[in-house]
Parts: sequence; C-alpha cells; structure tokens
Amino acid sequence: MKRLLVDTLVITERNLIRLPRSPDLLLAFTVQPIMFVLLFVYVFGGAISTPGFTYVDFLIPGIIVQNIAFGGFVTAIGLNEDLSKGLIDRFRSLPMARPAVLAGRTLADVVTNLLSVIVLLITGFIIGFSFGTGIGEILAGLLLLMFFGYAFSWVFALLGLMVSSPESANSLGFIAVFPLTFISSAFVPVDSMPAALQWFADINPFTFMVDAMRSLWLGSPAGNSIWGAVAWTVAILVIFAPLAVGRYRSAAGT
Amino acid sequence: MSRPAESDPPGEAKVARSSRATRVDGSAIDGAAIVATGLNKNFGDVEALSDVDLEVGTGTVLGLLGPNGAGKTTAVRVLATLLKPDSGSATVAGFDVLREGNALRENIGLAGQYAAVDENLTGAENLTMVGRLYGMNRAGARRRAAELLDRFDLSDAGDRAAKTYSGGMRRRLDLAAALVAKPPVIFLDEPTTGLDPRSRLALWETIEGLVSDGTTVLLTTQYLDEADRLADRIAVIDHGRVIADGTPDELKDRIGGERLEVTLADYGRAAEAASILSGLSEDEPVVEHDAVKLTVRERKGAIVEAVQMLSEADIGIDDLGLRRPSMDDVFLSLTGHAVEADEDDEAGPG
Repeated sequence: MKRLLVDTLVITERNLIRLPRSPDLLLAFTVQPIMFVLLFVYVFGGAISTPGFTYVDFLIPGIIVQNIAFGGFVTAIGLNEDLSKGLIDRFRSLPMARPAVLAGRTLADVVTNLLSVIVLLITGFIIGFSFGTGIGEILAGLLLLMFFGYAFSWVFALLGLMVSSPESANSLGFIAVFPLTFISSAFVPVDSMPAALQWFADINPFTFMVDAMRSLWLGSPAGNSIWGAVAWTVAILVIFAPLAVGRYRSAAGT
Repeated sequence: MSRPAESDPPGEAKVARSSRATRVDGSAIDGAAIVATGLNKNFGDVEALSDVDLEVGTGTVLGLLGPNGAGKTTAVRVLATLLKPDSGSATVAGFDVLREGNALRENIGLAGQYAAVDENLTGAENLTMVGRLYGMNRAGARRRAAELLDRFDLSDAGDRAAKTYSGGMRRRLDLAAALVAKPPVIFLDEPTTGLDPRSRLALWETIEGLVSDGTTVLLTTQYLDEADRLADRIAVIDHGRVIADGTPDELKDRIGGERLEVTLADYGRAAEAASILSGLSEDEPVVEHDAVKLTVRERKGAIVEAVQMLSEADIGIDDLGLRRPSMDDVFLSLTGHAVEADEDDEAGPG
C-alpha cells in the first residue's frame, strides 16, 4: 500500500513537472477557458434568460464544471502517448505498483483542474461573479468539483488506453463529452429546451453537478442535486477506475 | 571475430568473474539466469512464438537473431513479464515469469529500439524517476542518476529535456534507465536499430563494458555482425521458432564463412562458371541474378584462384568480391529461403 502511494506520487510529479515547460498545455488550461467565459457572457449572455441569476453568476459554475470534465483530456492523450512511445512497457517492466501509472496520472489532473478553476474564478470575479454562500459551502463545492473531475479523469484514462492515437483520443473524447455538457443546465436553463432534451438533461450528471455547484456557491435551492452529483461521481469512479486498471494491465500485453 | 580473445571460450569462463552475477538482494542465481521452456504465444492465427526453448548462462550474452516479425520482441516481452505466454514456462534470475513477477522485475532492466524515455523530462529526471520506481529514496535515486549520466557521457545534457537529445543520446539514456537498479539481467531489444554507424559503434562499446562486469544480457538484433560482436551464443529465430543456436563460430561454420560473388561479363556462361568454381567450395555455387555466388571457407587465395580458373576458361569477369555473410545468408543457409519482409514489424505483436 505504501508502495502504491509512493509510486503514485512519483508519477504525479512526473506529469506535473512538464507543465511549466509546455506553454501550449498551459495555454489550454488558462486562455481557452477564459475565452469561453467571455464569449458566453458577452455574446450569448444577453440573449439567454436566467431568472433569479445574472448570467455571469449562472454561467461560472456551469463553465467550471465543463472545464473540469475536459481536464481529463491530458490523461487520455498522455496515456496514449506513453503507450505508443513504449513508456508503458518501461513502467510495466519495473517492480512498481501497477495501478500507480493511472493513479498518478489522474491525481496530476486534480492539480491542473484546481489551476483552471482558480483561473476561471478570477476571470469570473473580474466580470462580476460573486459567491452567495459562506466559506463552508464554497469549499464543499470546490471539493465536489475536484472529486467529479477526478472521477472523469478515469473515463479519459480508459479512453486513452483504448484508442489508437492521441488524435483519436482527442476527437472521441470531444464527441462524447461536448454534447453531454451542453445538454445540461450548464449554459441555459433546462426548461428552455425541447421536451426530449429536457428529459435527457434532467438525468445528465452534468445537470446534477452544475445545479449542486449553483446551490453550494450561489445559494439556490439544492433539491436532490448535491446527492445526485455525489452519486453520479461515485458511480463513474466505481465503474471506470476498475475498467481502466484492467485495460492497463492488458493494454501493452494483448 | 572482433570479440576480445580472453572472452573465449564463452560460457564457463565468464560465470565467476562477475559482480553482477547475483540478484539485487545479493543472493546467488542457481543455474542459468534465463531459462525458457516450450514457450508458445499466438496472436490470432499468427504464431509469434512456437515451442521456444532458450537458456542464457549467468554472466553470458545471448544474441537472439532474426528479421522483423520473427518473434524476438515477443520473446523479450514474455521474459520481462509484459506478456503472458499461451503455454510454456520461463524463469529469469530464478524467478518464474508467471508467478513471481514482482521479484523478477526487481532483477531485470529493459531497454530497446523505442528508447522509452519521457521526452518532457530531463535526462536526470528520467533516471531519478526510474530509480524511485525501483524503490530507491529520492536522494539515492538522484545519486544513481548522476552516476549513470556520467558513465554514459550524458552529464552535460543531464539537465536538458530528453526531446532535445540525438538518437544516440536517447538510446544511451534508455540503456542507463535499464541499469538504474544494477540488475543482474538486462534485456536489450534491438538496441542499435535505426542508429547511425558511429552511434552504433559507441553503443556496442557501452554494452561490452556492461557485459564485462558480469551482467547477463539477452540481446535481440537483426544484424549478424552485432550478434557476432556482442554475443557468446546466438539463437536464430524465424517465424517464432528457434531454428539454430550455437556460438558465433559454430553458427558461421554452419553458414560457411565468407561469400565469393562473381559478376560475369556474359551471363550466358553462368552455369559453366559455376561448375568451374565449384572446386573452391564444399557447397554448390548458386547462380543468382547476374552473379555466381559461392561460400568459401578459406578466404586466402580464393579470389586469385577464382580469377585464374575463370580466365583459363576464357570467361569474362565484370566484378568479383568477397562478402561477409549477412543475415540474409544466415537465413538462406538455415532455412533455404531469404528473409521474408514482414509487414507487421516488431511494433506489433512481433
């Protein structure tokens, strides 16, 4: 167990020390989300009616959840590269704890996710976002976000181990996650959608997550959103982490 | 044979000389460092390994020689516990590949044609990471990394990202990573494939240094000269089967020394020339394309004799030369067919 922890941290460190050296990656974590926030607030915001909230307040929790979900892309692409470049073989030939390669990757995502949340919050504050709750709820929201992002990283880990190239990891992940985040309460109120989409949006984990975040950060009624979000997150983790680890064990070995 | 004379006879002489002939915990390896018995591995209907037996004496070097797709990489992957065989058994450093994977992995190092290093990390960071994953503490791993960078002539580049390294530097870093834990058994999967001749020579010298301290090495290669230079024994592998094995000398005896190639001015007289030249060789000369080829065991005088015999018969010669046997010749002699280009190379199931 101690071995797993140490090896996981070694791999986490490995995945983080490259960050400051990859300006393109840093740009993806910072500039791109800021651009999205500004586009939504100033281009679409005026046309979207969000009763009870200003659009900035409505949007920031939503767009942060979307960003957190996409944070796992680094894991998908990185794992796929490791696989094709033979690094996974090297790791598998070492007497290390085998799940550590994935656990270290996904843990590194938590750090980069935190970074992008901070960047988005600062952007939000500048254009008028404000919390409507106390420090306890704000931190609980942050914790939930990190947990949700961590669970999603395992989805991407599985994806990265299954596809044939980093490019296809990128496009497949995008195709899967992008609609999920849009057919949710992240950008527009769900009751403005057609009935079929509403049905989907109502069971979408992103809707639970975004509503939970609005409740924890803005003080809107939680309903079952917080428990729903936690349940979804646990379910995603419990399903995808073992799948990814199983795939890793056989990945280079089939 | 460019191998130093003191290394002959291979095998017994080497076993005792080593500091690396023990496991990382200092215990002795009983018997051969690598033993594989009846290994089979299929990928779909491709037989990647078919009833492969291998034995590599502790402190010796086995060259696994074969073309792309012959099964060399599959053999290495099975022995390094990256791949489960369909049937058969194997031990490395006395540990079973199926049941004692972790203890086995403590005692091996793996390096190869892919030069599996993290390009975004510096050389020093790569080696430190590997050291920590072998279970060293941070300080110990750093110290070992510095030692290896120095030994592999990478000290100056140690703080540069590996993506800035040349092909040869990358291979050296990869090899260094395999040595971090001072394992008694090293697998080198086509260590020089794709390198320019100078880097190749430098890497050979590095490997020779490694071998001289008693490390057991299983080396795969497509090059006869590489196996000849580095290995104590060579196993030739083709379509997943070991088709020959022995010392380089034994093998070359079977292949039959050097080849005399005579290109004729008039190809129409090839059969006649072949029958004249057959006196120079125990084997029948072969007529191929526009040349008559034959194996000569004693090279001294062979060229002069060939010229005399042909000019007496008034057969014109365009070109004539002696060539060292290549992988193609090995395969031609052993299998009767030339090396078959295989589409799925070692990157695949190999």
